[in-house]
Amino acid sequence: MTETTSMQLVPTLSEEELRLIDAEIAHVPYRSAVAIDALKIVQQHRGWVSDESIKAIASYLDMSADELDGIATFYNLIFRRPVGDKVILLCNSISCWIKGCDGLQQKITEQLGVQFGETTSDNRYTLLPVTCLGACDKAPVMMVGEELHEDVAESSIVRILGGSTEP
Amino acid sequence: MSLDRPLTRNVRADRSPTDMAAYEANGGYQGLKAAVGKLSPADCLEILKDSNLRGRGGAGFPTGMKWSFVPMGDKCSPGDKYLICNADEMEPGTFKDRLLLECDPHQLIEGMIVAAYTLQANVAYIFIRAEYFKAAALLREAIAACHQKNYLGNNILGSDYSLEIHIHASAGRYICGEETALISSLEGKRANPRAKPPFPQVSGLWGRPTIVNNVETLCNVHHIIERGADWFKSLGLTEDAGTKMYGVSGRVKRPGCWELPMGTPVREILEEYAGGMADGYSLKGFLPGGGSTDFLVGEHLDLAMDYETIGKAGSRMGTGTMIILDDKTCPVGFVKNLIEFFARESCGFCTPCRDGLPWSAQVLDDIQHGRGRDEDMDTLARQVKFIGAIGNTHCALAPGAMEPLQSAMKYFPEAFEQHIQGSCRHCSGGGH
Repeated sequence: MTETTSMQLVPTLSEEELRLIDAEIAHVPYRSAVAIDALKIVQQHRGWVSDESIKAIASYLDMSADELDGIATFYNLIFRRPVGDKVILLCNSISCWIKGCDGLQQKITEQLGVQFGETTSDNRYTLLPVTCLGACDKAPVMMVGEELHEDVAESSIVRILGGSTEP
Repeated sequence: MSLDRPLTRNVRADRSPTDMAAYEANGGYQGLKAAVGKLSPADCLEILKDSNLRGRGGAGFPTGMKWSFVPMGDKCSPGDKYLICNADEMEPGTFKDRLLLECDPHQLIEGMIVAAYTLQANVAYIFIRAEYFKAAALLREAIAACHQKNYLGNNILGSDYSLEIHIHASAGRYICGEETALISSLEGKRANPRAKPPFPQVSGLWGRPTIVNNVETLCNVHHIIERGADWFKSLGLTEDAGTKMYGVSGRVKRPGCWELPMGTPVREILEEYAGGMADGYSLKGFLPGGGSTDFLVGEHLDLAMDYETIGKAGSRMGTGTMIILDDKTCPVGFVKNLIEFFARESCGFCTPCRDGLPWSAQVLDDIQHGRGRDEDMDTLARQVKFIGAIGNTHCALAPGAMEPLQSAMKYFPEAFEQHIQGSCRHCSGGGH
C-alpha cells in the first residue's frame, strides 16, 4: 500500500506517523505485530491515544479497534486519557519505599495538588507511580518527562517541579 | 585492559558512555572477529557450554544448555531464528543492566552478534523498557556505527553470515520481563506469559526458534569466545563461573553496583563495597537478588553469593542485587510494598495471581493498619502454599511474590504478631 492510498484510507494519522509506522511494519511478518510501536508513535505526536486514534491505527494495521484497545489499556505507559506536558513517574518500589518515596508523593501532592493518576489544572504535569526504575543505588528516584532525578529529597521537589503551584 | 573485570572494563567513574573508537581502542570487537567466519557455530556453542555461564537475569539456567535446544542446520525448518536481548530491567531492587547499557552499549552489541552467530539467527531484537531513553539512544548509535564497519548487516566482515538488530522500546509493565510474555509483547500483543512447552527455543517469536537472554548474560558471550572457557571459569571463586554484577540498595553507606568474582561472600559485598550499614542502622535481613527472592538474615552473611550456595540456604541469588532490610524499617510494610507491586503488575491471566495477590496485599494492609486478626497468619500461610506452588500459574510471577512473604513470616514472625496486637515498634504503635 502506498503512502498516498493509506492517507486516503486513514485520514486521522499524519504522514509522519504513517511513515514511522511503515518503517516498523517493514521488519515484521504481519501488520498488527507493530501495534505497540504504532501506539507509541501516535502518542509521541499527540501526547495521548484517543478513541479516534485507536480506530485509525487499528484500521491501518488490519485489526479491530477492540483488539487494539485491549493492547493499549494493558500497557501503563500508553495513555488513553490526555496527560500533562510532562509525566512524573514516581518510583514506589521497594528500595525507593525504604528511602521515603511516600514522603515524596505527599510533597508532590502538596505542591501540585494532584494524586496518582491526576493532571494539574494548568496541564503541566501528570503524576503516576512506576515500577522500579533501575536506579536503586540512588533511591529515591523519579522521572520528569525523559529526565531521571536521583537521590531526591523532599526539599528538592519545589526546585525539580519548578514554580508550578497548587491550582 | 582488565581481564578479571571484563564487563566493566570500559565503565568510567562518571558513567559516560564508551563510543566505538574507545571501545575498539580497548580491545573491543575482537570476540566478533575471532568468532564470525572463523569458528563454526558448533565450536562456539561448545565453548559456551564448557564455560558454565549461567543466565544472569535471575533464574541462573545454564546458557549453553538453553542454546543447545535450538534446532541447527538441517534440523531447523526453513525460516528465521531469533535472538532477543531482555533489557526490560524492572525487578524491584535491580539496577545492574542499566549500568551496562548506559556505560558500554557496544559490549552488548558485540555479545549479541556472537550469540546470534552461534545460534545462526539473522534477526535479533533488544527489548528495552520504555523508561531507559538514554540507553536506547546509545544502542541505536552503536548499531549504526556497527553497520558502518560491517559488524552488522549483510555478509559481516566478508563472511556468509548476516545479522540485523532491531530495538523495541516497550510501553511498560513488569511482566514483559518474563521471557514468554516478552515474546507476546514483541508480537504486538498483551504481555501474557505462555504455557510451556513448547519452549521458545523451539517455538518462540512468530512461532520460530527463539532465544531470550538477559543483558548481563549476553555481555559475557564474546569475552568467553575470545578468551576461552577456562579463563571464564577461573574468574569465579566457586563452582559458578565468571564475574557477577552485584548490587546493594537500602540503608547502607554506599549503595552501588560492582562487578566482582562470582561467589564473593555476601559480607564482603555488603561491608567492603557498600561500606556497611548506614550510621544508626543495623542489618535485620536482606533479599539476595531482587524483590522475588526469599529473605536471608545475619547468619547467612558469610555465604558465597552464587546460585548454588544461596539456593541451598533457602533463597535464590536472582539478579544478584541485594535489598537490605534494616532494623528501623518494618518487615510487614516492606513485604506489603512488594506484594502490592506484584499484585499491580500481574498480567491477570491466571487466577491465583490475579485474585490471590490482591488478597495477600489486603491481608497485609489489615495487619499493618491494626485491623489484623490472629487467623490472618493462617490465611497468609495458605496463600503462600497455593499461590506459591509452581504449576498453578503459567509463569513465576506469583510464586516469586510469595518468596519474600513466606521468608518474612519465617524470620520475622514477631513483626506480624506485634502488628496484630497493635504494638509494632517500627510503626509507632501499629496504627500507621
